[in-house]
Amino acid sequence: MSMPAPKLSKKMMRRAFLVGGLQLGFAGVLAVRMRHLQIDQADQFRLMADENRINVRLISPKRGEIYDRNGITLARNEQSFRITLVEEEADDVKGVLGKLGELITITPEDVEQTFIELKKNAPFLPVTVADRVSWDDVSIVALNAPVLPGITPETGLSRQYPLGSYFTHVVGYVGPVSTRDLEKRDAPDPLLKIPRFQIGKSRLEASFEDHLRGKAGARNIEVNAAGRVMQELDRRESEAGANLKLTIDAKLQCYAQARLGEESASAVVMDCKTGELLALTSSPSYDPNKFVRGISHKDYNALLEDKRKPLVSKSVQGAYPPGSTFKMITALAALEAGIIDEKTTVYCPGHLEIAGKKKYCWKRGGHGKVSLEKSLRESCDVFYYDIALKVGIEKIAEVARRFGFGEKHDISMSVENEGLVPSKEWKRRTRDSDWLIGDTANVAIGQGDVLASPLQLAIMTARLATGKMISPKLIADTDAQKNDAEEAEVTLNPAHLKAVRKAMYEVSNARNGTAYRSRVIDEAFRMAGKTGTSQVFTISEAERKKGVTSNEDRDWERRDHALFVCFAPYDDPKIAVSVVVEHGGGGSTTAAPIARDILLQALYDGTPPLTAYPVKDRATISKQQTQFQEILPRLEPEENVET
Amino acid sequence: MSYLEYRVTTVPSGFSKILHMNWAIVFLVTAIAVVSCVMLYSVGGSFSKWADPQLKRFGVTFLMMFVMAMIPIWFWRNMSFLAYGIALLLIILVSLMGSMGMGAQRWIDLGFMKLQPSELAKLGIVMALAAYYDMLPAQKVSRPVWVALPLLLIALPVGLVLKQPDLGTAILIMLSGGTVMFLAGVHWAYFATVLATGTGTVLAVFKSRDTAWQLLKDYQYKRIDTFLDPSSDPLGAGYHITQSKIALGSGGVSGRGLTQGTQSQLNFLPEKHTDFIFTTLAEELGFVGGISLLVIYVLILVFCLISAIEAKDKYSSLLISGIAMTFFLFFAVNMSMVMGLMPVVGVPLPLVSWGGSSMLVLMAGFGLIQSAHVHRPRAKK
Repeated sequence: MSMPAPKLSKKMMRRAFLVGGLQLGFAGVLAVRMRHLQIDQADQFRLMADENRINVRLISPKRGEIYDRNGITLARNEQSFRITLVEEEADDVKGVLGKLGELITITPEDVEQTFIELKKNAPFLPVTVADRVSWDDVSIVALNAPVLPGITPETGLSRQYPLGSYFTHVVGYVGPVSTRDLEKRDAPDPLLKIPRFQIGKSRLEASFEDHLRGKAGARNIEVNAAGRVMQELDRRESEAGANLKLTIDAKLQCYAQARLGEESASAVVMDCKTGELLALTSSPSYDPNKFVRGISHKDYNALLEDKRKPLVSKSVQGAYPPGSTFKMITALAALEAGIIDEKTTVYCPGHLEIAGKKKYCWKRGGHGKVSLEKSLRESCDVFYYDIALKVGIEKIAEVARRFGFGEKHDISMSVENEGLVPSKEWKRRTRDSDWLIGDTANVAIGQGDVLASPLQLAIMTARLATGKMISPKLIADTDAQKNDAEEAEVTLNPAHLKAVRKAMYEVSNARNGTAYRSRVIDEAFRMAGKTGTSQVFTISEAERKKGVTSNEDRDWERRDHALFVCFAPYDDPKIAVSVVVEHGGGGSTTAAPIARDILLQALYDGTPPLTAYPVKDRATISKQQTQFQEILPRLEPEENVET
Repeated sequence: MSYLEYRVTTVPSGFSKILHMNWAIVFLVTAIAVVSCVMLYSVGGSFSKWADPQLKRFGVTFLMMFVMAMIPIWFWRNMSFLAYGIALLLIILVSLMGSMGMGAQRWIDLGFMKLQPSELAKLGIVMALAAYYDMLPAQKVSRPVWVALPLLLIALPVGLVLKQPDLGTAILIMLSGGTVMFLAGVHWAYFATVLATGTGTVLAVFKSRDTAWQLLKDYQYKRIDTFLDPSSDPLGAGYHITQSKIALGSGGVSGRGLTQGTQSQLNFLPEKHTDFIFTTLAEELGFVGGISLLVIYVLILVFCLISAIEAKDKYSSLLISGIAMTFFLFFAVNMSMVMGLMPVVGVPLPLVSWGGSSMLVLMAGFGLIQSAHVHRPRAKK
């Protein structure tokens, strides 16, 4: 008999189907979820996947270069070499660094810094071991590559200033972006966020930062989850920064800077007709290349503590009492006010009593009868005390402003000092005291509160020389910008200006002129000028008793500033020069020879012939010229400079 | 119907048994193994890294499945409680090794592979419960005493595994065991009660957080947190889920091509060769690839269901359904977790993820299913 095939109970079947059904149902849910993620939201997730893997790396642009008016390079980008180390390729970092140290010089600080950086970074990221190594070192490293796993020489661009300290005070320098630099900007260029990206830190490098920087390029690279670069997907090249062409003549700048020597001094040379600055010097100077490399604390502190203040660009930042170089302004104010004319004379007994106090002329014995011409030629103080009291401070201040005093002349140096033209209102506002008549007498001879920068003195001289409202220019015009529009006339009676210019001619050409010793012999380039000696401290009674009567007897800081302003040729002025030597003693002895030498250098566009100098000076000048020929850099203009 | 009656019907014998195996399941399982090797090749970057050992393991366990299929199902039935007991002992052994200061481990190193006893328990519990209900008269199934016993059988391994702690495995053991009980005909009221207390427990788990009697470990709470809101910690604990969803989504319909998945190849995906391998598959082979794998899994389930109904004897039927449930739970939990439907609990994708223990257990399971299928009673012609 056959048994019926066994059967599962109905209940078990039911439940089996129920469980099976639930399983299939859940599989359906999974399918729907898959569809939702992979079809409905695919685009969104694809985007997120790309954001994950694609990093944008910026490519630094080449910074614009800076040239002088003749195309001589003042700031350029130099290929620099550095040695990098990748930890994971090196295995034994200590051993590799030891071997590297046997081949090239690396300092213990470099090694220490390397270990700090290695700890911070992922093992596949390169860390700089030595920066700015020489080409020789690079070739040694390349040759020994097999025994130096993980070590690679890399190239980059770094800023270099071929004329170094000759141009620091004009061009400035670059340095790595600091947090402060970033805070100063509202929406900083993403480039600035690249670690150690170099931006302009001072002078033109800083004020023309946006012009010079250029535009970042970008590389799209694929990275993995740990940030390791897998491949480059595409790249957009960077745009180099625009070049900058200055009005400065490098040859003249170098000469002027060298001529100032180690004095704490400044000289400004200006083209009288166009206002183009041909030299803008300040001494002492320092090497900007040191700052690019990262200056040591010791060197920086030495610069900071130097009493001659090498970090200050005195040509624009300095503010000095102009001394007797201000007398032209007082004279013009009096002429315009009609208080004097060319023939008016004042008697100088060596002093003038003002408000019960004796104010002395520098010449204790007095000048006797003094006319306008004699007053400038021999720099009589009493003449100016006398006329200033009649003219009044307001008129003097007003004329001073016409000649560029007390005003910022925007030459994009960011650190310009606007100087000071005092007035009654100014004194009440800042000192809360009334203007005294003695104050006017002080201002009349450029003492007291009146302050001017060497740049302002050069502007004054150029305006006196041409009678035009010359403004300074530091950046060369491109052809498109050039306009031949005449500068406006200085609102003055030309006859008055002519009289003052005549007197300035006498200063350096009449036997009793204060700058006669620094005259120019060449008929074509006759110089007109004015000396100035501004007191920093009056010689006190106590000092007098101790026998201190001249500058040389005093401490350097207490000596007078020496000033000289001049222009030439007298008949058709081309060049204006101002020189200030801090605590240099007398304007005629210290400042005038420097100004004359620089002026001749500018007029001859190079070393002037000895015949231009007074016979007595020629031996000294000849020696000086040979000496300078040795120390001054040889300059070769770049070809095809685009600015 | 009981096993004794089943002996009288004809059963194939000798090598002809091979012809009576469920070849559909054999082919589907092989297909999954191929998918596994392809994906392991893709994430490993070379054949030798992961694909080759996986293929060898599959070869060995594939043979084992055939051998198991040849052995009559009544032998396996008699072995059921032994298998359960061995699994339990091994779990206790690894936890003792941990407490004896040999380091907390979930596995025993056998030299050629690392065996996770908790994986064996997944199979052991199904075998033991199927045997239990095969012996138990149908009318006693819903009596409290006879319900308590299987509950204890489930509770023992679950408790030990939770202590390891391995939430994923514990859930799988619990649900497969429960499924066998349900299929065996235990009254539905018990399940309703369990569901109610389960809900209560979940609430208790959440309420106990940051109190003295906190029920789960901090990292487990964190996993639940990030599951509920992955964006709250995109670079920390939520990273896995977020990156996984990005990978899946970016695959689109047709995928980015084998070895071209940026998320997997660039290491944005965690554990891309083990628990998250489905993400790589879906990224590189797209919706089409993902659905295809799901369809293969579902087909296996369907063939198992048919086999379970055809089995007609209680042990075979419960065994097949229970193993099918385990298999279902593997892929359902794994896919749910990589697709962000469930917290990350650490369950591999069956037969695809790299790893020996789960493959051993699953292939042994299919061996048992084949044995039941081959030795099922047939009406005499």
